Amino acid sequence: MTVVRPRPESDTDRDAPGASLADSGTPGLRERGAAALHATGQRLTGVGGWLISRWRRSLQLRVAATTLLVCGIVVLIVGIFIVDQVSNGILRAKRDAAVRQATVGLAYARSVFAPTDVQDVSSMVEARQKLLTTQTAGGRGAGLFSIVVKSPESPGSNDMTVIPTSLRSVVQRDNLAVQYGSVNIGPEAVPVHGLIVGAPVQASNGLVELYYLFPLTAEAQTIALLQRTVLLGGLGLVLLVVAIALLVTRQVVRPVRVAAQTAGRLAAGDLSQRISVRGSDDIARLGRSFNDMAGSLQRQIRRLEDLSRLQRRFTSDVSHELRTPLTTIRMASELLHGARDDFGPELARSAELLRAELDRFEALLTDLLEISRYDAGVASLESETADLRGLVTSTVEASAMLAERHGSEIVVQAPNGPVSVEMDSRRVERILRNLVGNALDHGEGRPVVVTIGYDDDAVAVTVRDYGVGLRPGEAGLVFNRFWRGDPSRSRMTGGTGLGLAISLEDARLHDGWLQAWGERGYGAQFRLTLPRRSGHTLLSSPLALRPDDRDEQ
Amino acid sequence: MGAVKPRVLVVDDDSALAEMLGIVLRTDGFDPAFVSDGSRALHAFRETKPDVVLLDLMLPGLSGIDVCRAIRAESGTPIIMLTAKSDTVDVVLGLESGADDYVVKPFKPKELVARMRARLRQHEDVVSETLTIGPPDAPVNIDVPAHQVMRDGAQIALTPLEFDLLVALARKPRQVFTREVLLEQVWGYRHAADTRLVNVHVQRLRSKVERDPERPEVVLTVRGVGYKAGPP
Repeated sequence: MTVVRPRPESDTDRDAPGASLADSGTPGLRERGAAALHATGQRLTGVGGWLISRWRRSLQLRVAATTLLVCGIVVLIVGIFIVDQVSNGILRAKRDAAVRQATVGLAYARSVFAPTDVQDVSSMVEARQKLLTTQTAGGRGAGLFSIVVKSPESPGSNDMTVIPTSLRSVVQRDNLAVQYGSVNIGPEAVPVHGLIVGAPVQASNGLVELYYLFPLTAEAQTIALLQRTVLLGGLGLVLLVVAIALLVTRQVVRPVRVAAQTAGRLAAGDLSQRISVRGSDDIARLGRSFNDMAGSLQRQIRRLEDLSRLQRRFTSDVSHELRTPLTTIRMASELLHGARDDFGPELARSAELLRAELDRFEALLTDLLEISRYDAGVASLESETADLRGLVTSTVEASAMLAERHGSEIVVQAPNGPVSVEMDSRRVERILRNLVGNALDHGEGRPVVVTIGYDDDAVAVTVRDYGVGLRPGEAGLVFNRFWRGDPSRSRMTGGTGLGLAISLEDARLHDGWLQAWGERGYGAQFRLTLPRRSGHTLLSSPLALRPDDRDEQ
Repeated sequence: MGAVKPRVLVVDDDSALAEMLGIVLRTDGFDPAFVSDGSRALHAFRETKPDVVLLDLMLPGLSGIDVCRAIRAESGTPIIMLTAKSDTVDVVLGLESGADDYVVKPFKPKELVARMRARLRQHEDVVSETLTIGPPDAPVNIDVPAHQVMRDGAQIALTPLEFDLLVALARKPRQVFTREVLLEQVWGYRHAADTRLVNVHVQRLRSKVERDPERPEVVLTVRGVGYKAGPP
């Protein structure tokens, strides 16, 4: 025979406690592990972890970051291109102007240097000075700063300026040449970037190389300014675009976030939550649809709530209203029953039946009222520390009459000392009474074994009978209201059919378990497990649900 | 019981139940009187001077709770509530307003009569018996046959039930009484019944005999077990 499968809320499977232990243990472990990690690697992972979690959670952040990246690359490329183009243009213009200026002054230079002796330093200096004065007098042109005169015939030239040899060799071959290089300007002779235009001039006794020096200081400044401008402009542009992206996503994300929060609160049970809607755009339409949905949900739930409240009130009122006339009937029946010896046999039997059925009727009414109290959610626990063993003993003693009627013996297996539990004795006693009554009812005259077990966290009572047992699947059904195992079987106790359902509610109110096991032909066992301290979550039961004598299967 | 039938005042608005109660009570040797309106209950109580009151909690006019308070304000006559509700709040409210005991509808006549007889039980203690409990500097003296409780030379007015409860505890000053034992000795319950009866009446008793009911010295709570009398 197979293990009887449980219905979900009354886990019959004996592995259930273990399973719930594993379930509740795992998050604890994970949490602890996370805490340890967090502590050790806080400095390292703190910021990174925060960023990663933000990245995962925030659509806005992702959009902004992507925009920043793409826009940054585009601006960088465009900026480099612009700076490059403009610098080239500036330099080309400068070069053209410089060459033009040098060429223009070349005829005059020839006339100046023609009579000059290359070997004569002073005349050379004089000629240079003359040339320089004339050339720079215009003030305009390409910003000629200085002229260097060199001659291959006079290596010890008057000027410190070093002209690149590559340029000199070109000029010495009687060519006009242009080259960039560093030029010394000012009295401190600080070398700056400049443009050198070299031109050969024929002197009286040899070739004179004229080098026109054009410093590029102004151009360098212009280019630097341009670079700065482009950089700043680019940065500003990127920031602007990111800001726009942020604003735009914010406009979209904010209503989505509001909708998500509202949906969360709705789900948590606050049905009056709504989104404030402005305008008539797509977002507003989303909000309106959301609100319509929430309103419709609220109406439906309200209607259901009203219905069930009404129904519960009705059941409770009916139970109460029935009690007063029932009291009168009960007293009348007792009176008749007491006087039945004076009646004929039929009347006497009627009086007996009347009384017996009134008992049943009353038990049913009491149970209905109790169930309705649970359904209305008004059942409350009055916990007190008490001895479970004492409670079991008194319950068994109270069931002695019933046991005698069934011809069953009740065996109690209890620990020697008292077993203190925080519990509502009235409810626990009712559970035990129901379980024992049920076991006697189905025990077919065989003994009923009540066992008490306990550990540090929980106590358990099992009630075992050796009757017909339960068919597969029935272990979950026994707690259903008005469920009858075998409709054809007669019942001596005439239970109301609500006893186990109430017991299950009683156990749940204690945060405890009430479970059933049964096998056809081997009897059944019910196990009540309660936490020793109220509010404590049960993880396991001190007693097995499946009895030891059926364990080997 | 003696030759004189004990008088019972039945306060109930259900005429059928009242009539049936009348039949049962007369059969069992009581002398019942009836009133169906809460507002006339106190007047009827003064007129009939009953030995015990059966009081329905749901009444037209004045509610059962208010009638109970009004009667208790001027007399210690035993009051037994008839209640359709076994909800904690209603029962505790009824007990706190002065009822000695309660029966939940639908009750059996025998059960009701047993409850009434327990309340009417005459103490035939003719032997002089005085008990002293509580702290030495402010002891509570009990004169059992005279039904008198004194502290600091002043008499404390207790209802018969409160008196019985105090005497039960004071007779065995070192013994701890569980609620179940007290229910049997004072209320006459054979089987375990509602321990709230004990809790509420201990509170009422403390409010009368203790100097500070928040820090009791006469009736002490033994956590997880029950109550005991303070050392003499």
